[in-house]
Amino acid sequence: METEALSGLERFAQTFLNWEVLVKYAPSILAGVGVTVWLSVLIILVGMTLGTLLACLRAYRVGPLSFLIVVFADVFRALPPLVVILLVFFGLPNAGIYLSAFMVLFVVLTLILAAFAEEILWAGITSVDKGQWEAARSTGLGFTQTLGYVILPQAMRLAIPPLTNRAIAITKMTALGTVIGVPDILNQATTAQSFSGNASPLLLAALAYVLLFLPFVIMSRWLERRYSWKKA
Amino acid sequence: MNAPTQRPSLEVRGLHKHFGTFHALKGVDISVEHSELVFVLGPSGSGKSTMLRCCNRLEEPDAGDIFLEGDPVTGKGVDLNAIRQRIGMVFQSFNLYPHLSARRNVTLALRKVLGQSRDEADARAMAALEQVGLADKSENLPAALSGGQQQRVAIARALALEPQVMLFDEPTSALDPELVGDVLAVMRELKETGMTMLVVSHEMQFAREAADRVIIMDDGQIVEQGSPERIFENPNHARTRSFLSRVTGGA
Ligand SMILES: Nc1ncnc2c1ncn2[C@@H]1O[C@H](COP(=O)(O)OP(=O)(O)OP(=O)(O)O)[C@@H](O)[C@H]1O
Ligand SMILES: [Mg+2]
Repeated sequence: METEALSGLERFAQTFLNWEVLVKYAPSILAGVGVTVWLSVLIILVGMTLGTLLACLRAYRVGPLSFLIVVFADVFRALPPLVVILLVFFGLPNAGIYLSAFMVLFVVLTLILAAFAEEILWAGITSVDKGQWEAARSTGLGFTQTLGYVILPQAMRLAIPPLTNRAIAITKMTALGTVIGVPDILNQATTAQSFSGNASPLLLAALAYVLLFLPFVIMSRWLERRYSWKKA
Repeated sequence: MNAPTQRPSLEVRGLHKHFGTFHALKGVDISVEHSELVFVLGPSGSGKSTMLRCCNRLEEPDAGDIFLEGDPVTGKGVDLNAIRQRIGMVFQSFNLYPHLSARRNVTLALRKVLGQSRDEADARAMAALEQVGLADKSENLPAALSGGQQQRVAIARALALEPQVMLFDEPTSALDPELVGDVLAVMRELKETGMTMLVVSHEMQFAREAADRVIIMDDGQIVEQGSPERIFENPNHARTRSFLSRVTGGA
C-alpha cells in the first residue's frame, strides 16, 4: 500500500516536476514569455488608446460616426476571439493580404480590447454628472477641453477596475496565438511537452503566466488608489 | 448712478424659451446696471433658472436678445466661450471638479481659457480663495470640504476669471442652515467690491439687506419689480402677495 502510494507520488513528480525536462526547455519557454509580454504590452497600449479615442469621438454625438462606433464595439464584443483570429489568419490571404501570425493576433486582440474599452469608458463618460459639463462650459472651456480635463478623468476613475479586468482577460487570450503558430508561452510549452513526452513544461508555463499577471494586479491597485477620491 | 448713454451691464430683451410644447419663458426683459445686485424671486417652476441659464446660453433661447456690456450674447457668430468667460455662474449643487483640489478647480479655466502660466494662475487662484476665506484649504479635494466651503470655492472659481457679471442660481439651497451664512457673507462682500450680480434665491433676509432691486417671476413672466422695501412691504400684485405670504409663512 505504502510503496504504491509513494510510486504514485513519484510518478506525479516525474510528470510535472521533471528537473531535466524543466532545465532543457526553460529557455524556449522564457522566449515565449518574451513574446507574450511584448504582445500584451502592445495590445494594451494600442487597444486602450484606441478605445479611449472612440469613446471620446462618440461624446461629440455626430450621428453616423456614433453609429459606426457602436457597430464596431458590438460586433467585436459579440464574436468569439478565436473565430476572429482564424477568420483573419486564414481569410485575409485569400484577399491577397499577408500578415504574420503575430500581426494577426496583435490586430485582432487590439480591436477586441478597443471595443470593450470604448464601451466601458463610454459608460463612464455618460455617468458623469451633467453639472460638471455645465460648470466647465460656464467658465469658457470648450467641449474638447471639458471632455479632456473634467469629464475623462472622472470617467477613467469609474473605468479603471473594469478596464484592468479587461486588460488581464485580453492578455490571457494571447494564448490563442498557439493555434495559428505564434511562439508565445503556451505554444512553446505544448511544443516542449510533445517533444519530451512530459508535462513539466506546462507547469512552467502556468507559473510564467502567474508571474506575468502579478505586476498587473499591483498596477491595478496603484491606479485605483491614484484615481480614488470620495464623491463630493 | 451711471451716465445716461451707458448701457446696462446685462440686458435681456423679450426672452422666450420652450421645452417641447411647454412655454417656460414668455417674454422676459431684465436689465442689470453696473454694480447692481438684482434679486429674482418666484415660485418653483416659474422659469428663474431657465432665465439665468439663458444668460450664458447653457440653455438656448428661442427668441430674444441678450447683451453683456453692449456685446451680443445671443445670435450667430458669437464666440460663446469668450462671452462665457465674462459671465460667472454659481450653481445650486456647486459642481466642483471632484478630482481636482480647490486651487486647481480655480486654475483650470485660468490656464486653459485665459492661457495663464502656472505661476500666474496659482497666484490668481490663491487671491480668489483668499477672498472667499479659504486660502488655507487650497489643497483640499472637494470631498474634504463642507458644503459651504465647496460653494465658496465655486464662487472663487467664477470670480478668478474677473467676470463682468455673476449669476447665482440658488447658491445656498443645498446647504445646511448653519452653513448658509458664510456663503451669503462672501456674496455681500462681493457686492461691496462692485460686482454686478443677478441672484436667484429664497433668502429673503439677504434680499432685504443686500439687493438693490427685487424681481418677482411667475409662470415665465416678470410680475413686478422694485426696491426690496417696496416689494416686501407694499407689493402691487396679488400674485406677489400670495407668493410672499407662502415663503414667509404668512408673516
Ligand atoms: N430641460 C428641461 N426640459 C423640460 N422642461 C424643463 C427643462 N428645464 C426646465 N423645464 C421646465 O421649465 C419650467 C421652469 O423651470 P425652471 O427650472 O426655470 O424653474 P425655477 O423657477 O428655477 O424653479 P425652482 O425654484 O424649482 O428652481 C419648469 O416647469 C420646468 O419643469
Ligand atoms: Mg431653479
